[in-house]
Amino acid sequence: MSEKIKFTIDGKECLAEPGQNVLDAARDNGVFIPYLCHVRGIKQAGSCRVCNVKIAGRTMTACTTPVASGMEVENDTAELRDLRMTIIEALFVEGNHFCPSCEKSGNCELQALAYRYQMMVPRFPYQFPQKEIDASNPKILIDRNRCILCKRCVRSFKDDKGRSLFAFKSRGHKLQISIDKECALEITDEKAQEIMDICPVGALIKKEKGFDQPIGSRKFDKNPIGSDITSVI
Amino acid sequence: MRNIVKNIVVKYNNDKTRLMDILLDIQSEFGFISDEAVEVVAKETVLSKVDVEQTMSFYHFFTKSPAGKYAVYLNDSVVANLKGRAAVAKAFEEEAGCTFGSVSSDGTIGLYNTACIGMSDQEPAALINNVVFTQLTPLRVKEIVQKMKAGIPVNEMIDIKGDGHNSSELVNAMVFNNIRKAGPVFFTPNEDGAALKKIVGMSPNEVIDTVKESYLRGRGGAGFPTGLKWDFCRKSEGPRYILCNADEGEPGTFKERVILTEIPKLLFEGMAIAAYAIDAKEGILYLRAEYTYLKKYLEHTLEEMRKRNLLGKNIAGKNGFDFDIRIQMGAGAYVCGEESALIESAEGKRGEPRNRPPFPVQKGYLQKPTVVNNVETLCTVVKIINNGPEWFSSMGSRESNGTKLVSVSGDCQFPGVYAIEWGLRVRDLLEMAGTENVQAVQIGGPSGICIGPSGFKRSISFEDIPTGGAIMIIGKERNLLKDVVLNYMNFFIDESCGSCVPCRAITVLMRNTLQKIIDGKGVKKDINNLLDWGKKMKEANRCGLGQTAANPILTTIENFRELYDELVKDETEYETGFSLEEAVADSCEYVNRVPNL
Repeated sequence: MSEKIKFTIDGKECLAEPGQNVLDAARDNGVFIPYLCHVRGIKQAGSCRVCNVKIAGRTMTACTTPVASGMEVENDTAELRDLRMTIIEALFVEGNHFCPSCEKSGNCELQALAYRYQMMVPRFPYQFPQKEIDASNPKILIDRNRCILCKRCVRSFKDDKGRSLFAFKSRGHKLQISIDKECALEITDEKAQEIMDICPVGALIKKEKGFDQPIGSRKFDKNPIGSDITSVI
Repeated sequence: MRNIVKNIVVKYNNDKTRLMDILLDIQSEFGFISDEAVEVVAKETVLSKVDVEQTMSFYHFFTKSPAGKYAVYLNDSVVANLKGRAAVAKAFEEEAGCTFGSVSSDGTIGLYNTACIGMSDQEPAALINNVVFTQLTPLRVKEIVQKMKAGIPVNEMIDIKGDGHNSSELVNAMVFNNIRKAGPVFFTPNEDGAALKKIVGMSPNEVIDTVKESYLRGRGGAGFPTGLKWDFCRKSEGPRYILCNADEGEPGTFKERVILTEIPKLLFEGMAIAAYAIDAKEGILYLRAEYTYLKKYLEHTLEEMRKRNLLGKNIAGKNGFDFDIRIQMGAGAYVCGEESALIESAEGKRGEPRNRPPFPVQKGYLQKPTVVNNVETLCTVVKIINNGPEWFSSMGSRESNGTKLVSVSGDCQFPGVYAIEWGLRVRDLLEMAGTENVQAVQIGGPSGICIGPSGFKRSISFEDIPTGGAIMIIGKERNLLKDVVLNYMNFFIDESCGSCVPCRAITVLMRNTLQKIIDGKGVKKDINNLLDWGKKMKEANRCGLGQTAANPILTTIENFRELYDELVKDETEYETGFSLEEAVADSCEYVNRVPNL
């Protein structure tokens, strides 16, 4: 319809739809920018900060920045890789992420990013916080030990009256997600699967459905996250 | 109970964007917000319970269980602690028979810590059921607790009255203004309504041009040119709104408290001028919860101005110039001082800063173009209109026109509000405030910078040290890292909205590392880590809170490196805690080889 916008990522010439954000446009142009909170088509949270890129010397989140004509985006630089790793490592120590026992292992985007960026040990000391598990809902288990507070579930699921199924509670380092008991009664099996799939980590688990896929057939078993967009050299 | 709650919701037309007011009324009526109340509110406003809870749990002054018949919120800021808070807190605990964070067994007294309440010039201070108690001493606490136990209403405990309007019936507070230096813009005579009468003879664009010519920059700290902001907003399609940010929460600041007490008409007139310039019909004064004691008085002032045709319909006789103001109370969240978080809060939501773009001037309050201006900025506009832009721009320095109100507190003889010309040297301000043996000056509150004597020749200005106005003086005898920096880091941890990962997680990690250093367990590597993590905090966070949350540590490492180095004796990068050679000695002997190190 309208004319495409020209811009570059790390020198590579790219085209974007008018109004498109840098993250989506990058993907459409075969450039991988890592992220954890973004869901295509849903209003951006801009909260995980993993998709930070540099534009005209300023660090900004790719998911919330609309592409402008002639924009020069820095993405895969040593500085940004280090910044992203710092954030990913902060997430690992802020929660309790025990991958070997997690149902989402192999399908988890946090774990996959850590592998892609070859995280060995976080630069921060582990915090081992006390977190509550909410198993009261018949369909969905909430394990806050694994929650990275990306707000995907909060933003994605509203009922026909616009009421939230999930919401934040408290603030700062005490922030957590909670589920609405009344709205949750209407969760079907399909919905529960959808909820589990949208969660980038293993914080929302469909009950009676753990360890469904054998090792080898999970999402990130053979190829690192994002290799469908840009392969890892 | 359900009926009372229902009536409160109906009073706000079951409007979910008024959730803040609804919750405030419920908290005030029952002393807490019960699960049942949440259920009623959710039902009546067509929200889910978690929707209501997510707003409620964001704010410090909403409680899920009874806060106590007398809810005591004792300020826990740096200045409060310098002024003897510990002894006051101890007296409260002993007399009330409960510890901070709990309610006495009979439910009479609840004790809570709270962030700066805007009384740094008269600490230690506390809010008890929204009434301010200043200059507390253990003896005074004893009296107050006895009165609370006897069931005396908190208003009747006010036995000293402050100066100026503080002693008026509508304010009735023991707060003192402490105006130490009046300036050409502030606390000098002004004819109410004169500026409004002048602008109705001008076009809105002429008003904007006048403000542009004065080169007035926002006084909240960011310093965005006010005229330009208005211009951007006017160019976006209406309806438009004007919001005044009276959520001064930066620890150590209190100048707006004094403006709101002594010259609120100047502020409201400034809002009306902004409304004329951008063509807004509605304005909101977002007032921090800590200043609830001023609400009745401010509402009365608005009423007076309506009667005098300075607000309402056809203002100053100009046909179609309609504008009115409502007061939106906050409920305890520093981050709401960030303009987009303030808008979210005024819409009844969690005070989480928004992503930009869009900017508030494009999509702000209720997704409509909105100007958010600071209290001081709007007051200044009135004087610019009255005296002309040249008068204003003749004062100050090149990048920083006019004057600035600063709140001075801490280790000095004359804490209070000073109207200074931009460009003033720090040492000159210190002289005015009556100081000796100064170790450090914190300029711009915790999010600003901490400088030592070698920096006192620097100037307070956008070119050198910009500030929203909080200036705290730290004497030689203080433990800068423990008494000041650690407190500020805890403040940011408590006040982070939690959205951005670095602000939520790394602030805690930095505080813990600082604690480790203070405890004498730090190594050199810890200091380098703090510098590295702090730099990333500046880059990676969305809003000003997160971007500046590492400043207390970063600026003290920069200017007081020796304090860190003294605590970190070891020159090695790592403290491994054990010797590998010793640990493997036995096994090496057994297999008969040397350690492979």
